[in-house]
Amino acid sequence: MSSHTCECEAKAKAAQEEEARLYEELDVIIQKHKEVKGPLIQVLHAAQELFGWLPEKAQARIAKGLDVPLSEVHGVLSFYSFFTTVPRGKHTIRVCLGTACYVRGGKQVLEKFQQELGINVNNTTEDREFSLEVNRCVGACGLAPVVTVGPDIYRRVKVDKIPEIIKKYRGS
Amino acid sequence: MDNIKVTVDNITVEVPKGSTVLDAARAAGIYVPTLCHMDGHKSLGACRVCLAEVEGGRGLVASCAFPATDGMKVRTNTKRVHDARKTVVELMLSAHRQECLTCVRSLNCELQALAKMMGIQENRFQGAMPPELVDTSSPSVVRDSSKCILCRRCVTVCRDVQSVGQLFPVDRGFGTVIAPAAKKNLADVACVACGQCITACPVGALKEKSHKERVWAALNDPEKYVVVQTAPAVRAAIGEEFGMPAGSLVTKKMVAGLRRLGFDKVFDTDFTADLTILEEGNELLQRLKTGGVLPMITSCSPGWINFIEHFYPELLPHLSSCKSPQQMFGALAKTYYADKIGVKPENMFCVSIMPCTAKKLEAGRDEMCSVEDIPDVDAVLTTREAAQMMREMGVDFQRLPDETFDEPLGISTGAAVIFGATGGVMEAALRTVYEVVTGDDLKDVNFTAVRGLEGIKEATVKMVCVEGKGELDVKVAVASGLSNARKLMDLIMEGKADYHFIEIMCCPGGCIGGGGQPIPTTDEIRQKRIEAIYQEDEGLPVRKSHENPAVMALYKEFLGEPLGHQSHKLLHTKYTPRSMWPTDVPLDEEAKVK
Repeated sequence: MSSHTCECEAKAKAAQEEEARLYEELDVIIQKHKEVKGPLIQVLHAAQELFGWLPEKAQARIAKGLDVPLSEVHGVLSFYSFFTTVPRGKHTIRVCLGTACYVRGGKQVLEKFQQELGINVNNTTEDREFSLEVNRCVGACGLAPVVTVGPDIYRRVKVDKIPEIIKKYRGS
Repeated sequence: MDNIKVTVDNITVEVPKGSTVLDAARAAGIYVPTLCHMDGHKSLGACRVCLAEVEGGRGLVASCAFPATDGMKVRTNTKRVHDARKTVVELMLSAHRQECLTCVRSLNCELQALAKMMGIQENRFQGAMPPELVDTSSPSVVRDSSKCILCRRCVTVCRDVQSVGQLFPVDRGFGTVIAPAAKKNLADVACVACGQCITACPVGALKEKSHKERVWAALNDPEKYVVVQTAPAVRAAIGEEFGMPAGSLVTKKMVAGLRRLGFDKVFDTDFTADLTILEEGNELLQRLKTGGVLPMITSCSPGWINFIEHFYPELLPHLSSCKSPQQMFGALAKTYYADKIGVKPENMFCVSIMPCTAKKLEAGRDEMCSVEDIPDVDAVLTTREAAQMMREMGVDFQRLPDETFDEPLGISTGAAVIFGATGGVMEAALRTVYEVVTGDDLKDVNFTAVRGLEGIKEATVKMVCVEGKGELDVKVAVASGLSNARKLMDLIMEGKADYHFIEIMCCPGGCIGGGGQPIPTTDEIRQKRIEAIYQEDEGLPVRKSHENPAVMALYKEFLGEPLGHQSHKLLHTKYTPRSMWPTDVPLDEEAKVK
């Protein structure tokens, strides 16, 4: 029993330390962007990269650090579908369904991802490995259909290549 | 500055470089409808009803945001422009909950007026409605997104004028609502309840939380003895609600109108404004003598109190411990006056007429109960609500006879009435402090340096002390509008404020521009209301608070002396440090950015 409690405590402590580390890193990001004109979107971008999503505490930290109202931080991030205020999986897969991608098979690509991952759009796999989302144009229509996984971009994606893409990220 | 020539509908005008098409049209005397534009603020071009044609341009432009250039030719009187503007308004109506007959803003709604002006007589589009989000959590302000036209004027006043920044567009497209972060309720964020968003709103999406019904109920309850107090700024504005021009001073008609509603006594918050000067003036002198916390800051404005509690809690020791005149009045009504006329405190019902929505929140504070748990002030009506009650009663305001306040809580001085305008509390305090310090008779009571609409004003008043031989230069500052207050607070934080005394009023121009005042409130209207306030001051026989005979009698009969035991119990208060973050955002010490 006692060893079990110990393990729990150790886990909680590790999680706490990890969180503190993330917020320290966020502070560095905020400081770096402070002098830039219109830094909010860039900081939100970097913060989401860091946390995988944008917890309210991080929003408040950004608001304070950049000296903008929290309402503005939330207003801006709620405008862009890229930003999320719910936890995501380790890897976020975004399938573009903008016009060009749609006509070149984006919908079939999306269906294959849904089938392979066993989740619907805007959901996360149970093992927290993957989240699946839909994009409305990434501005690279010549490469349609486009899929992004985290920072990586996949061009002219074919349905039968999808299991391979997923495999590349699983467990990494 | 360089001028440019712009021709609008064949009328050529010269306007300064940097003007917009809207500026040029106005200079040419041409009316361009607007819903989102606010004079003095950068236009966002959000509403699109100010569309105009620019020769050589492709589409129509939003004239409020489009820069005018030299030689530009603009047309506003074409069918294309009129049709486009009309369609914009029709689309707005299709996404607006049209309950105009029962809306608080009926007959004073800019969208309604525009629809009528454009001759829109049918709903051409049947669209989806925006998300309905009614927020009644605040004790002062009610939001209803189903009437919101997303013009963002409230965002501008909340963020830029008041530097409170609790409202912003959330989500996008059809789902957009103007709301606090994460669509929280106003009660859960650092809203200061000033109501400036209400007076900025062109429609009925923002309104005060009404206390009319509880006042009607008390007036019709034979058990209740109902007294009413009126704030200084109300008399300089309530006439506008009845079609009178801005700046009409209607003190005596207002008194008569309130008697028609059935109040047992019509008293004046000015009485306790005078009392505030005696308490606050003595508090300042005590701080000066004993090395207390300086600068001392006034505490009459409840929106300001909310602001400092939320945004500068570390500066709370600078606040005067005096309750506001409204709360001093309530405390005395339920003790001194109730006792005097033999009415039990629980049967004494105290109503106040205020230019302010934050006064509603203030009256509901836990600490504002002098007798057990009975609130000192039971109901707070805005100037607008008071006028509405008179309309409901069939009062023909303009034809009311002149009547005077009841005694003794209706007796006041010119020093009290100027509490309604920015600089007024400071001037009233100086009139008294000067005479106390110097022992001299103040020849000219007008401290004009602290008057006027300027955001921050400073003055130094030389006083030769009657005790000892020293000279005292009292350095004062006055700010109205919270973004100006913020500048002074930052100076104090940096240790750069060498003032002795600071007056802060939450709303631009002071209470005459409060969130409970008639709509619209513009700078021009603020100026006229201020003039009415000083006109009242000039006309009063007594213009110094310490010469108010009823206040003197109150000290003799009941309070003893300023800052005495009774005063501390009834007229002074404590403040609560609060957070600028929503209650559920844990921004603990380690999380604060260094």
